Amino acid sequence: MKKLQYERPLIQRLNTGLMNKFGMKTEYTPHTHIDEVSVKSLIKEFGSPLFVISERTIRNTYKEANRAFKTRYPKVQFAWSYKTNYINAVCNVFHQEGSWAEVVSGFEYHKALNNGVPGSKIIFNGPDKSEDDLRAAINNESPIHIDHLDELYHLNELAVEMNKRPKVAIRVNMDTGVYPMWDRFGFNYENGQAWDAINKIILADKLDLVGLHSHIGTFMLSPSAYGVAASKLSDLALGIKKKYKKNILYLDMGGGFASKNTLKGSFLQGVDTNPNFDQFAESISTAILNAGFGTDELPLLVLETGRALIDDAGYLLGSVISNKRLSDGRRATILDFGVNVMFTSFWYDHKISPAQDFGNYTEDSVLYGPLCMNIDVIREHITLPPLKRNDHVVVHTVGAYNMTQWMQFIALRPAVVMIDLKNKVHLIRKRENLEYLEACEVKPDYLKSFKL
Amino acid sequence: MKIKKNIALSDTGFVFNPASGDSFSVNPIGLEIMKLLQENKSHDVIKKHLLETYSVDKDTIEKDFYDFAKMLEQFKVTETDEKKES
Ligand SMILES: Cc1ncc(COP(=O)(O)O)c(C=O)c1O
Repeated sequence: MKKLQYERPLIQRLNTGLMNKFGMKTEYTPHTHIDEVSVKSLIKEFGSPLFVISERTIRNTYKEANRAFKTRYPKVQFAWSYKTNYINAVCNVFHQEGSWAEVVSGFEYHKALNNGVPGSKIIFNGPDKSEDDLRAAINNESPIHIDHLDELYHLNELAVEMNKRPKVAIRVNMDTGVYPMWDRFGFNYENGQAWDAINKIILADKLDLVGLHSHIGTFMLSPSAYGVAASKLSDLALGIKKKYKKNILYLDMGGGFASKNTLKGSFLQGVDTNPNFDQFAESISTAILNAGFGTDELPLLVLETGRALIDDAGYLLGSVISNKRLSDGRRATILDFGVNVMFTSFWYDHKISPAQDFGNYTEDSVLYGPLCMNIDVIREHITLPPLKRNDHVVVHTVGAYNMTQWMQFIALRPAVVMIDLKNKVHLIRKRENLEYLEACEVKPDYLKSFKL
Repeated sequence: MKIKKNIALSDTGFVFNPASGDSFSVNPIGLEIMKLLQENKSHDVIKKHLLETYSVDKDTIEKDFYDFAKMLEQFKVTETDEKKES
């Protein structure tokens, strides 16, 4: 006689009258394939855990964002925010779509140059640019976004010494009605610092002020805040026009559009509630178009959108190591990836699906990573079908920041693959090994041996 | 370990404790186990039955049965043989 298929016995308390806020039904529909490639085969070939990036999703998302802005404003330029995901294959998909690069450190700057981005199309942001970085950016005519007065004076000196006229913008921070206000970067609008810095640059006449920049925050859920920011930058640009008869070439609105993730503690799913590109585009373009620029003097609109362009395209595949019962009766499932490779689980309740078919029964669980640390929690509450050892799971919407902020702590970093438009799988970052880890270590001679 | 006498088990896997008002849902294999417990079958007999009926190995049954039994205890739908029902 053929035996019946086994499922672990389950009993679950029913809370009548209470909506189950911890798991939406969609969370446990099995996700067996990504772009028609089976999760099982990916793990078999590249190991577990494994990051998977869908090139199709990147390009579709980019086209969607581009359409939202270009149908509303005549001159739009995206600049790929390297820190969001700087694996070269990922960057180059964006560059192929037409994105410039936006970098915040020397190594990111050189990564963009090595990828083939012309210097004049690399925007150099951030508070910590070394003198070498600044010299390289000046030589390559990259727009340098000035963060503080020390940098402004330093650039003035370098301009004289190098006999060049560096292209610069200033970063402006401002009150857009959202809390917390990011006022540690750049010059403040309301207290006049920004206007002061602008006057200093123009009157010293050593730098070419080409743009104005703001980045009002990250994972912003309020499109109207961008409208406020765009109005304030426009106001500065028009002030410059009036006082110095000089056109500002571009307004850079930074990044920060929310992706489809669900913030921790939020009751509704991000995919249903977060604003889309059209809403951000409407707010920004209306503000600039109504600001009072002459039609032939409209500045280029630059966007440094990061997470909203890549989050959806990234998946993390993993496997179940073990199941446990906690002292309060809750089920705990231990997975082979933790906060070491999924930094964003500190911010989001990531959607996690089983990668194989299941019956209709589910249970509330906690998902833990494999680190020997209490903070290694992937989801505090999730409703999933009973998972057993070596079953696979798919974490969704992990394309942003995880592949740059991942830690090499206890475990080595996993491989990253990209599925191309023909559903062919490419390895784009190898799984790390001990040799890679130790490549930067130096063992002094006297510590090379010991007796035990 | 026995299922308390007053516990109601429906064929759809709905479990109700009229004394506390608690209700639970069990999956089909959980229901099967609870029914066998109601019939006063011993743990060993039940485990043997599961092993014969389902495609599963002995270790998994041991582990899962132990876990399920603990949950029944935790949800107070069982009583130990020695203890009289209050
Ligand atoms: C200056 C700047 N631009 C762009 C970004 C990208 O932001 P996001 O990924 O939220 O779109 C950041 C991230 O913090 C940033 O600091």
